[in-house]
Amino acid sequence: MARITPLLWLLFSAGGTVAALFFPIHLLLTGLAVPLGWLEAPRYDAMHRLVAHPVTRLYLFVLISLPLFHWAHRFRYTLYDGLQLKHLTALIAVLCYGAALLGTAVAAYLLWTFA
Amino acid sequence: MSTDPAYTLYHPRWYRRRVSVWWWLRKRSYAWFVLRELTSVFVAFFAVILLSQVRAVGAGPEAYGGFLARLGTPLLLAVDAVAFLLVLVHAITWFNLTPKAMVVRLGGKRMPDWAILGSNYAAWVVLSAVVAFVLLRA
Repeated sequence: MARITPLLWLLFSAGGTVAALFFPIHLLLTGLAVPLGWLEAPRYDAMHRLVAHPVTRLYLFVLISLPLFHWAHRFRYTLYDGLQLKHLTALIAVLCYGAALLGTAVAAYLLWTFA
Repeated sequence: MSTDPAYTLYHPRWYRRRVSVWWWLRKRSYAWFVLRELTSVFVAFFAVILLSQVRAVGAGPEAYGGFLARLGTPLLLAVDAVAFLLVLVHAITWFNLTPKAMVVRLGGKRMPDWAILGSNYAAWVVLSAVVAFVLLRA
């Protein structure tokens, strides 16, 4: 664990930056403005063309994967300190980083095979 | 955040007063700390929404329509509203921390905090505008 700590910290801080820069606008548009009818939803064809572009796919992969690792790292320590679960160190680490890895794998699969 | 949670693994036991699991409710600064840490849960939540959006767009027009309809349900709207606020808290606390976490030197001189903060917020505005432009044009 100690050996990959710097890597996990790097993923945490990169993910925190990606989430800080890009999540508010995405969440505002996709999660609030469109469902509330302030804006029209992008038409399916246009959306499909946009996601099919390789640059968009790379962007979406980074946008999904790195923030998941940000969550894994932060949530792990919140569980240790907040709920005082220090005796479950290994289990919590496996579950948190495992979930982030799973999400990354699903994102890679969906974006790679996107048709 | 503690550095290594297992630091007392082989240490002899010593007397410790038990601290309540609700220690973070005792002081406003502790509660704020835990709230800031919990913003990450909503970050992960929205990453999952993005994942289901990609899946829906890839699966066809009906799946995309279903995705949009689901976002309009009261439950998801409420969670998205809370998530938006907490993601904003994350962004602002994150940007405000960078000058403390990262020291930038230019020509041997340390860049002042306001310059790093300013460039963070400028990047935020510009990138948000780009995302909005691309998504709304689609």
